[in-house]
Amino acid sequence: MGFDQYHEPPEELPAETRTFARLATSLIEEAEAISWYQQRLAVEPDAAARAIMEDAQGEEFKHFSMDLEYLLRRMPDWRGIAKGILFQEGDIVERGEAAEAEVLEENGDGDGGAGPPGAASSDGSLGIGGLKGEGL
Amino acid sequence: MNHLLRELAPISEAGWQLVDDEARERLTPGLAVRRLADFDGPRGWTYSATNTGRVESAGGGPVDGVTATQRRVLPLIELRADFTVSRAELRDGDRGAVDVDFASLDAAAQRMALAENTAVFHGFQTAGMTGICDACAHRPITLGDDFSQYPRYVAKAVELLLEAGIAGPYGLALGSDGYTGVVETTEHGGYPVFEHLRHILNGPIVWAPGVGGAVVLSLRGGDFLFESGQDLSVGYDHHDADAVHFYIEESFSFRVATPEAAVTLDGTGV
Repeated sequence: MGFDQYHEPPEELPAETRTFARLATSLIEEAEAISWYQQRLAVEPDAAARAIMEDAQGEEFKHFSMDLEYLLRRMPDWRGIAKGILFQEGDIVERGEAAEAEVLEENGDGDGGAGPPGAASSDGSLGIGGLKGEGL
Repeated sequence: MNHLLRELAPISEAGWQLVDDEARERLTPGLAVRRLADFDGPRGWTYSATNTGRVESAGGGPVDGVTATQRRVLPLIELRADFTVSRAELRDGDRGAVDVDFASLDAAAQRMALAENTAVFHGFQTAGMTGICDACAHRPITLGDDFSQYPRYVAKAVELLLEAGIAGPYGLALGSDGYTGVVETTEHGGYPVFEHLRHILNGPIVWAPGVGGAVVLSLRGGDFLFESGQDLSVGYDHHDADAVHFYIEESFSFRVATPEAAVTLDGTGV
């Protein structure tokens, strides 16, 4: 078992960035699982087996969506761009470009909020957020 | 540029990093609410109100035969604490000084944490915010002066929650003096009161400046709802020849969804 979700030495990363990395890795794993089930369903002829895999894939939909929402709540710019793309009609690429431009214009700094959580984000927030379960 | 106007401040990127790091470091220990309540957001500076799902009469419809109600929302409150940093100190920080004087920032951070805790635990009536202690459905437990007896009081509070069907784990918010007293005290036989309390709660003991007495509350989720608009941020106000004037700001609302999920402990010594 390694710690591949970290791109930098974990001991140098703030706790909130380590949590962010864990959820980002989880998001990737859920997307992979969705794809795997999709491929299995494409070739499986047995109806009972298909029903089980469809149920399992539904769980991955839920996990992926929860991971995504957690991450978006902690990166306002990502959230802003996602709101301009997700569940919208029309050309996806056009929606993406427009959403990105809108968020960058709001910030005026052009960095797209790509800074790590834990540093001041592009909305100026200190990125403290919730601390539930952490005592002193 | 957003409403914080950070880009207009006459300080370097390194200077902003120092200010943000100091603010985060000084704020975090005192933010008791965020360790115990559900945190939702941040939803941004333009977010103004929390949906309560409630309506109230709008006093009759605009025409006969039509009724009207109006949505009741919970407006977010904005908290702001001003501070200054000497420009000479910021220049020293740019040179690599590790002891930049952030006394004013530190005091502002303490005020903000105190304000957030006070509003959430004891309410902020002029802004329509009901605190945990105000909403609590149980009769308060009276604390004595003897901190070695705290496990008895906290066990009683946990029992009240269990009797009400409120599951754990539980957390304990302790005011500053109470926290110090608990940490310093041992029971007969030398067992630390702090450890005994943790065992009873199966959850954290949180230093909560601004809390009068103590509060035991469930951490199961869904009972205490903190909704953040703009999360704690440092903004720029103005500058002069000697100093840069900043502020710490946030917007949030708070609701108690389950008044039975907390027990207050009032008394002396805290």
